[in-house]
Amino acid sequence: MSDVTFKTPGFLADTWRIARKDLLIEFRTRSAFLAAAVFALLSVAIFRFTWDATAVAAIDLAPPVLWVIFTFSGLLGLNRSFGVEQADRALDALLASPMPREAVFAGKALANLVFVVAVQLLTLPAVALFFDLPAGPGWWGVGAVALLAAIGLAAVGTLFAAVASNTRLAEMLLPMLALPFFVPVVIPAAQASALLLNGQPLSDAMGWIKILLAFDIVFVAACTVAFPCTLDE
Amino acid sequence: MASLSAEIPTETGPPSSTGVDWVLVVAVLSCIGVIVRALFFTPVDAMQGIAQKIFYIHVPAATVGLYLACGLVAIASLMYLWIKDPRLDRVAESSAEVALVFLSIVLATGPLWGKPIWGTWWTWDARLTSTLFLWFLILAYLVLRGAIDEAEMRARLSAVMGALAMLLVPFIHLTVYLFRTLHPQPVVLKPSKPDMPGEMLATFGLSQVAFILLFIALLRLRYRWAALRDYNAALEAA
Repeated sequence: MSDVTFKTPGFLADTWRIARKDLLIEFRTRSAFLAAAVFALLSVAIFRFTWDATAVAAIDLAPPVLWVIFTFSGLLGLNRSFGVEQADRALDALLASPMPREAVFAGKALANLVFVVAVQLLTLPAVALFFDLPAGPGWWGVGAVALLAAIGLAAVGTLFAAVASNTRLAEMLLPMLALPFFVPVVIPAAQASALLLNGQPLSDAMGWIKILLAFDIVFVAACTVAFPCTLDE
Repeated sequence: MASLSAEIPTETGPPSSTGVDWVLVVAVLSCIGVIVRALFFTPVDAMQGIAQKIFYIHVPAATVGLYLACGLVAIASLMYLWIKDPRLDRVAESSAEVALVFLSIVLATGPLWGKPIWGTWWTWDARLTSTLFLWFLILAYLVLRGAIDEAEMRARLSAVMGALAMLLVPFIHLTVYLFRTLHPQPVVLKPSKPDMPGEMLATFGLSQVAFILLFIALLRLRYRWAALRDYNAALEAA
């Protein structure tokens, strides 16, 4: 490596640089977001027709519908995260740059987090609208739960997107690898949002929220540490 | 780990593969013996009847598959990331495949017992759910291994997954446990451990030993195959 004459930027600045690059690509092409958004809206509509309104109340069906959609539309975005780096071996250029690999991971995960949250922002009102759910303070709690879950999904999903991009099966492998890891995110998130939407206080859902928080802390740290191992030396 | 690496052929010479695998022969014979003993020479359970006989296969397979085999995958993966020894990768690979066999036995024999005793093939009990997700994890781990051609990368990426799975399993268990206790199942919950008469306990102990032997024999066999495969690959590359 040549003499480093420029000031070494900080970890957070590197993270932001990567995230900004990914988001800019996504913003200019809008391919993954469009796919995920249409998928999410179509799913809401399809779920409406698999559902017997006389047997299950809308309020009971909405949380599982939300979490099925968040999980699968998230996977759509995650696949692109490392797919874009495969073309012209762009990943090699990233790795040759002086930024730490942990920052590459953090940036990619941050971009994916923004992606998942954007899909959630679209899906939450759509479900509320199509399922005719009452507005109430519970939605703030649901939003917080969704954000906590999105952090866990983005961290684990980004790591396995990196793993899957190195395999022959590529994006076909990602759901198989990532979904078992999503279980401790999706179960507490769906349970907590069901409680909150039913008008129960936040304290009732605290047990589930604590699991989400613990998962986020453990897996953001573990995936950041493990990510450099997924790259070629 | 230490006892395993002792019988592992070194990286330099070709792994020997000729002759009868006596460990496997002894393991299979002891499994057959234990099944014969369980079926014909152990008293039939007064409450559960003949269905209880599955206990002698199901429980040893569960303890060996869940704790020994999956534990070995996790430990070997973590250690591989640390010292990058290809032998550790082969241990993880072999143990995962044997784990899948044992977990499949658990998941197949469980419902066979559950139907007459619980009245249902499957219930989302914490233990069942955890085992099912662990089975999916091991399956995904093996598919991941199969999807990477380059040996070093295969070892590295699957070790990442194995090590992360070790962190995941407590979370899965915690969530499905909470899930069950918040939503009690209407069906009969798993009964508490029955007081076992000495003869049954002896059969159970023997079957546990037989299954551990079978695990060691299968692991050894699978490890040798992996070592031969890697040796051949190295010869072809040279």
